[in-house]
Amino acid sequence: MFKPLEMKEKEKASRSDESPKPREIKRRLKAVKKIRRKKRLEPEEVELPLQVAIIGGGAAGMEAASVLAAHRCPVSLFEARSELAVNVKNKYKIFPDFSDAGQLVQTMVKALDHPLITVHKDTEIVEIIQEPDAYILLDNKGVSHTVPAVLLASGYEPFDAKRKEELGFGIYDGVINSLQLETMLKEHKVVNSLGEEPKRVVFLQCVGSRDEKVGNHYCSKICCVTAVKQAIEVKRQQPDTEVYVFYMDLRLWGQGYEELYRQSQEEYNVHFVRGRISEAASTFDGRIQVKAEDTLLGQPLKMTTDLLVLMIGMEASPGTRKLGKACGLEGPYGFVRSKSVHLEDNLSEQEGFFLAGSCKRPMHIAEAVNDGRSAALEIIKFLRR
Amino acid sequence: MTTKKHYWNEYQKEIADDKYFYERSCIRQTFFPGSETAFLRMIKEELGKDILDVENQHTCTGIGFYTDIVPLETTMTIVARLLSLMTEAGYENYVPSCVTSFGVFSEIVDLWEHQPSMLAKARKILYDTTGRTFELPKNIAHPSDIIYKFREELKEKMRYRLVNRFTGKPLRVVEHIGCHYAKIFPNKGVGKAEFPHVLAGMIESWGGEVVDYPERRHCCGFGFRQYVVRANRGYSVANTKKKFESMQPYEPDFVVANCPGCTMFMDKWQYTIAEMEHKTYDKNGFGIPVLTYEEMAGLLLGYDPWELGLQLHQVQSERLLDKLGIPYNPNEKYKSVSGKILPNPEKPQYLRV
Repeated sequence: MFKPLEMKEKEKASRSDESPKPREIKRRLKAVKKIRRKKRLEPEEVELPLQVAIIGGGAAGMEAASVLAAHRCPVSLFEARSELAVNVKNKYKIFPDFSDAGQLVQTMVKALDHPLITVHKDTEIVEIIQEPDAYILLDNKGVSHTVPAVLLASGYEPFDAKRKEELGFGIYDGVINSLQLETMLKEHKVVNSLGEEPKRVVFLQCVGSRDEKVGNHYCSKICCVTAVKQAIEVKRQQPDTEVYVFYMDLRLWGQGYEELYRQSQEEYNVHFVRGRISEAASTFDGRIQVKAEDTLLGQPLKMTTDLLVLMIGMEASPGTRKLGKACGLEGPYGFVRSKSVHLEDNLSEQEGFFLAGSCKRPMHIAEAVNDGRSAALEIIKFLRR
Repeated sequence: MTTKKHYWNEYQKEIADDKYFYERSCIRQTFFPGSETAFLRMIKEELGKDILDVENQHTCTGIGFYTDIVPLETTMTIVARLLSLMTEAGYENYVPSCVTSFGVFSEIVDLWEHQPSMLAKARKILYDTTGRTFELPKNIAHPSDIIYKFREELKEKMRYRLVNRFTGKPLRVVEHIGCHYAKIFPNKGVGKAEFPHVLAGMIESWGGEVVDYPERRHCCGFGFRQYVVRANRGYSVANTKKKFESMQPYEPDFVVANCPGCTMFMDKWQYTIAEMEHKTYDKNGFGIPVLTYEEMAGLLLGYDPWELGLQLHQVQSERLLDKLGIPYNPNEKYKSVSGKILPNPEKPQYLRV
């Protein structure tokens, strides 16, 4: 049985600039508990009188919002950009089953169409103040939001390949990153710098990941299978294009990944070369020359290609870095640190402050979605304790 | 393919404004004897800066150090003594002429900053053996950094531009930085190591066009262990050949480098390659001139080509001087300081001069 709040109360709770004082939050939570006991209601039958703040409108944050709303918990979802799920939206098809990223985003956005969810786009949380029993969030528009619980789902940002200067990204038009290739694939227009169908495409793994030079020792874990997926997509769209993938070692750990890797070789004749590309330069005829070492053959190698695709890794987003540091939750490489990766991965060291998605470490979309869902359940448990 | 050249100058380093302590280079004085004199003239006369060139200086041990012949402690002490000369003269900005010396000083000072016990050791050895003391430099800049920094001021005084006077088009220039300029510490080089701007900036400011060719970042062919170890010299010439093969289709008008090793090997191996394979890298059988940045700047400022020492290069520069519109007297090409006309050197069989 659904027990709505009095309209006046509900309106008050949802108007961020008039959000309740910390003491009021405690009072309201107590009142809910009292009503529930008195009327012998199940926890989910009583709508919570307070907004939970979710910082970050990506896969994890959006999923958490819809789960919280389904459990009668009002949510304010803050997204610094003007669009939701930007990192998913930038993709064309998703590994390993080639499902459509655009449709996935549509489904996720539709799930936010709920009376208990308020989405604040273009709204960046710039400061978080911890009070007893509450958090006060200040946004970039000067509005404060007092909430009993916060979910940080501020996500990742793609590695800026300009930092790997030797690869010529941002210098040569024939050097692109894996996100730019997604756009080309989406438009069915994989072309070289002259707008022609490439005769050869070379992928390079681990750009910005497992790389001491840029300070990222960790594996971003999605790039191996993404390159395999993209290599297949290139071959599907342009069967005559030769495709090479340069790798350190292939980490095809997920369900269906190994099969995809096998398929890429057996059905699509994608060539895999074990070796890092040390530098890329433009040639006289406007192509890209790459130098590498084939470490299986123990031979240096020079190859000319029309397109060099850099498989860029994941780094903590600026929001993750800033808020993680401000809240004392800064973990390795600017990601945020959970209480325990085994059983309390959605909790932080601070009560009422929850974590979800790739603000903690690189995650693929399904993992982030599951993590958002799991965080929502932790928040419900916390608020209805 | 378009090259987004604006990216080349993204990284800038700190370069002192004035009051430089100059350290001469061993090999530069031998192979490009006009370059250091031209640099001092530019700093003093064209820019009006204070630069000290003392006579009681000595080797930095660079070549011996990087070929593992000279131990670290010896190099530290040598560096300490050179710094003591700077300190005694009241200067704080160290300017080593040679790129390898720049590498030695950058590396030793960095080592001392990270390991103060090594600095204490160097101070003690220097004091015990010579009674001298020293301060760490406030700034270490290579002379090419200083020319880069003041390239616009120098441009105002230049009589010529890097433009082909017959076609009106910018001259195509290959630039090459020394490994010890930015490959030890990329942040100590203007534009860092991959797309250095120190020479490219001069070329662009002075009207030329930088040639970006596939083997631009490849070794010049010196590479201490390639050349110094006699058995490896085949690698040395092979590397130079690879670079010239790669740049040839772009038809560069000349090469400019900021390292004595690069300038020397890219110049002289052209003769060797011509002798070995009867091959030269310009259309008419002349080689591609390889200049130091001081020679390039000096020419544009109107300094006499023979005073700059261009006749001492393997590949001769008359055709380049013609393109620039710079006058020269062929009869004075081998005139000594005392005014005596020296005999002309023997001409190579395959490389035209």
